[in-house]
Amino acid sequence: MAVKKREKDLTFLEKIYIPEIIKGLSLTLRTMFKPKFTFEYPEEKFIPPSSYRGRPVLVEEENGVERCVACGLCSRVCPALAIEVQAAETELEKERYPERFEINMLRCIFCGFCEDVCPEEAIVMSKDYELAFTNREDAIYGKDKLLTPVSQLQDRIDFLRKYK
Amino acid sequence: MTMLEIIIMTLIKIFIILNIMLITVSYLVYFERRISAWVQNRLGPNRVGWEGILQPFADVFKLLLKEDIVPVNANKTIHAIAPALALFVAFTAYAVIPIGPEVEIFGYQVSLVVADVNMGVLYILALTSVGVYSLTLAGWSSGSKYSLLGGIRSSAQMISYEVSMGFSIAGVLIFAESLRPYDIIESQGAFLWNAWIQPIGFLTFLVSAFAETNRLPFDLPEAEPELVGGFHTEYSSMKFAGFFLAEYAMMIISSALITLMYLGGYNIPFIELSSIGIEGTLAVILQVLSFMVKIGLLLFFFIWVRWSIPRYRYDQLMDLGWKVIFPLSLINLVWVAALVMIF
Repeated sequence: MAVKKREKDLTFLEKIYIPEIIKGLSLTLRTMFKPKFTFEYPEEKFIPPSSYRGRPVLVEEENGVERCVACGLCSRVCPALAIEVQAAETELEKERYPERFEINMLRCIFCGFCEDVCPEEAIVMSKDYELAFTNREDAIYGKDKLLTPVSQLQDRIDFLRKYK
Repeated sequence: MTMLEIIIMTLIKIFIILNIMLITVSYLVYFERRISAWVQNRLGPNRVGWEGILQPFADVFKLLLKEDIVPVNANKTIHAIAPALALFVAFTAYAVIPIGPEVEIFGYQVSLVVADVNMGVLYILALTSVGVYSLTLAGWSSGSKYSLLGGIRSSAQMISYEVSMGFSIAGVLIFAESLRPYDIIESQGAFLWNAWIQPIGFLTFLVSAFAETNRLPFDLPEAEPELVGGFHTEYSSMKFAGFFLAEYAMMIISSALITLMYLGGYNIPFIELSSIGIEGTLAVILQVLSFMVKIGLLLFFFIWVRWSIPRYRYDQLMDLGWKVIFPLSLINLVWVAALVMIF
């Protein structure tokens, strides 16, 4: 019976190990002097691309008014039930505004549905990923923490206009 | 010299050697972590002190403050003795390895070795064999199946590799015609190192040394993926640290032994110091430095190999030990015998 040569059959040089071991060692030696990928985190921060879904925030126009019209779609779509909106009337053109807008960051799963569903481009995902709280009350973000000037979010808004 | 002077001098030597050992061991752990990181394109510990230079001390304090857990099924006495035995072996074996030639300090003739024993190599072999007991006992006394497997593996591995280690050493001893470390070093001189004369013996001894120290590719007693850490699965706190220190101290001893027997000990390669006019204290310092450098390079090699080569399977390990390394060491012995007969 003819013996078929299989792919895993080793040649003589491979069988005596040593040349292969030297190959492996030289590879690791070369790797030792290559540039490192590590971020030295607290000093050197990771700047995410605009497709990154960080903490959801409310967009604040230049005149200091939020875009949100308190339609409540984000609250409806939120799969983790993290958003709570309470609407009120206003004299401005948009007629309604959120009197209270709270996101519970312990519940938020960063899915971005709120951003997807928003008709006013009023809630977007920011690049902020440093979310640490010392107690549960701190984890509920109200309007004071959510409102972010539109200039800081231009990246994400451009991204949404292009790909959404 | 009076008896008292000899005792005091020996105590001073022990103190110095032990401190050098402990500091080297702790920094070996640090370098192991740094080099492993570099091999994997990472940075490694670099926070505690400048470039993480104080990391070993942070590690030790952490381990000291940990809870010492002893399993219910464990044999408590043996469970406690095993790491102590490992440490005892690791730190006493260094006593016979000379770090330099004889020097004159304050009018005394001092040889740079704790105990100038005329059967030093035998002493080291005996002690490293006792070291196996610590692993086996640790595995057996833990009362856990993983530990037991690790312990049994370690004893089987040691038996397989100690044979070829012994035969490799025999080649060196035939050349030196002595078991005394100083004689072995003198017989090699600056040129005729045993690594050149008997490369096969050097290779088999190197491989056996890896197996003896339980370093990868032969760390089957630990084998994290299969045995969750092997013989030290059930150890925590300072007892675990004992095994840890002992492993690294054994690495230093192996490197020193390889240097001593195959790489000309404290001799500087291809330079006869007295022939180029360097003598006295300066020569001794240079020789001690050359010994340190050789050990350092070997230790780097140990770490480098660990992070390059995957672990052997158990049957492969036995195959390699009995069917390859053992015959090779016998061939080396015949080769050395032939050389001695001819010249």
